[in-house]
Amino acid sequence: MIDVNVSLSRWPFRRLPLDETSRLVERLREKGVTQAWAGSFDALLHEDMAGVNARLAAECATAGEGLLLPFGSVNPQLPDWEEDLRRCAEEHGMRGIRLHPDYHGYGFDDAAVPRLLDLAGEQGLIVQITLLMEDERTRHPLVGLEKVDAAPLVTLAKERPELSLILLNSQRVVRGAVQSELAAAGVCFDIAMQEGVGGIRKLMDQVPFEQILFGSHAPFFYFESAELKLRESELGETIRSAIERGNAEKVSGGRS
Amino acid sequence: MIWDLHCHLSGVEGRTPHERMARLIDYADRMNVDRLVVFMGMRWSTDPGPDDLRRQNDDVLEAISHWADRAFGFAYVSPKHIDASLEEIDRCIRNGPMLGIKLWVAQKCSDESIDALIKEVAGLKGAIYQHTWLKVGGNLPGESSPLDLARLAQRHPDVPLICGHSGGDWERGIRAIRPYSNVSIGTGGFDPTAGMMEMAVRELGPDRIIYGSDMGGRSLASQLAKVQGADIPAAARRQILGGNLRRMLLPILREKGIST
Repeated sequence: MIDVNVSLSRWPFRRLPLDETSRLVERLREKGVTQAWAGSFDALLHEDMAGVNARLAAECATAGEGLLLPFGSVNPQLPDWEEDLRRCAEEHGMRGIRLHPDYHGYGFDDAAVPRLLDLAGEQGLIVQITLLMEDERTRHPLVGLEKVDAAPLVTLAKERPELSLILLNSQRVVRGAVQSELAAAGVCFDIAMQEGVGGIRKLMDQVPFEQILFGSHAPFFYFESAELKLRESELGETIRSAIERGNAEKVSGGRS
Repeated sequence: MIWDLHCHLSGVEGRTPHERMARLIDYADRMNVDRLVVFMGMRWSTDPGPDDLRRQNDDVLEAISHWADRAFGFAYVSPKHIDASLEEIDRCIRNGPMLGIKLWVAQKCSDESIDALIKEVAGLKGAIYQHTWLKVGGNLPGESSPLDLARLAQRHPDVPLICGHSGGDWERGIRAIRPYSNVSIGTGGFDPTAGMMEMAVRELGPDRIIYGSDMGGRSLASQLAKVQGADIPAAARRQILGGNLRRMLLPILREKGIST
C-alpha cells in the first residue's frame, strides 16, 4: 500500500499519538504500507522553509526505514522560494513538493503559482496541494485562514498536462463541477477527507478511479479512517488495488 | 458488538424511507455494525413546525418497521413546540417503538423551556440526544454548545444526557461536560482527529463515551476509526462501540419487552 498523505514533526496545536516518526512508521508497517509520502507539519508556520525541508529529508533518511519519501514544502510568498524548490529536487532528491496555500496565504490566481508549477514540472516533481489541514470549524481561534478557491486551478492544470498534480484533503473545498473539471484535467485526489457513507464510490462519480489515491492524513487523522474506507465501498479487486498502490506508482513514474 | 447511536435517512440513495434504510443496513453489514439508531426524516429542517416533526418521525417509523432486529428510532422533537413534541413523545415512544429523542438546533438546550420534554422522556426511561457544536466561526442562533448542555445537566443531574458530536471541537467539548457525570459524549459527526478518543477515555472514563457515526452524511469508516484506531484498552473499545449504548437503552428496551 502507498500512502500519499502523511506528515512528520509536530502539529502546532496538540500532540498526536503517532507524532514520533518511529511510532508512525511502525504503525504504517503494521497496516501494510510500504511507502508513504511525507510532508512536515513545520511547513505550515515556519518561515525557514529550507531548514524545514532539510530536517524532513534527514528524518526520512534516518528514521523512515526505507518507507518514507520526503515531500518538501515551498511557500511562494517567501523571498527566493525558487531556491527551496531547487534544493528539494537537486539536493534532497525529492520526488515531489507539497503546497499549503491556506496557511501560506495565497490563492491560485497569485502570479507566482504558474511559475512555481512550471519550475516543479521542469524538475520532474510531483506537486501535492493540501487544501485543508482540519475542519475549519474546529481550528484554533487564533488561526484565521480563508478557504482556498480551487476554480483557478482548472486552467492551470489544463495548461500543464504533463505535470503530476495531486489534491490532498480537498473534499470539503472542491466539489461538484470544479471537482469534475479538475479530474478532467488529470488532477488526482486522495481519500483522507472524503466523507459520506460509501465515500469512495461517491468520489468515483466525479473522479475516475485511476486518479484516486490512498491518503490517510496520518498522524493527524487516525490511519484506520482511510483504511476502512476501502472496505466501506464496494470496489472490487482491480479498483481497490489501483487506489491502494497502482495509481500512486503511475503518478511517481514507477519510481519508488 | 457494534451499536451505532447516530444514523440518518439522508446521504444515501433511495426514494422511500424503506429503500434508504435498506442501504444503511447494507453499509452496516459491510462494517460489522449490528444495530443502528435512526433519527430525523428524508428532508430536514433546522426549525421544524409540528407537522414537519410528525412527518419526519413518520419517515423513521416507516424505515425501522422492517428492521426490528437491527434498527431503533429516536423521535425528533423541538423545544419551540412543547405541546406538539409531547404528543410526538407519546405517539412514538410511549405508544410506539422509539427509544428516545433527538434535539437539534431550533433552540438552545440551556433554555428552561426544554425541561418539560426532558422530564417526560426521563419518566419513560428514554435516551436524550442533544446536538452540540462549538464552531470557531459561531454557532447557529439556536444551536447548543456543550456549555449549554452542561447547564441542562446541572438542572437534571439524575437524567442521562448525550452530548452530540462531542461538541465538534472535542477538546473544549470534553472539558465542558466533564464535571457532569450524567452526560456522555456521542462520537459521531466530526473528523477522525487522532487523540480524541484517548483524551475522552482519560478525562471521562470509557463508560461515558458512545460510538455513533452520523451516516449517511459521514462515513462509517471515518467514525469507526476513532474507536478502532485509538490507543485504548480493548475493554474500553467494547464499551464504547456498543456496551454503553446498550446499557443506556436497556431500561426502556425492557419496558417495551424488546430482547437484544
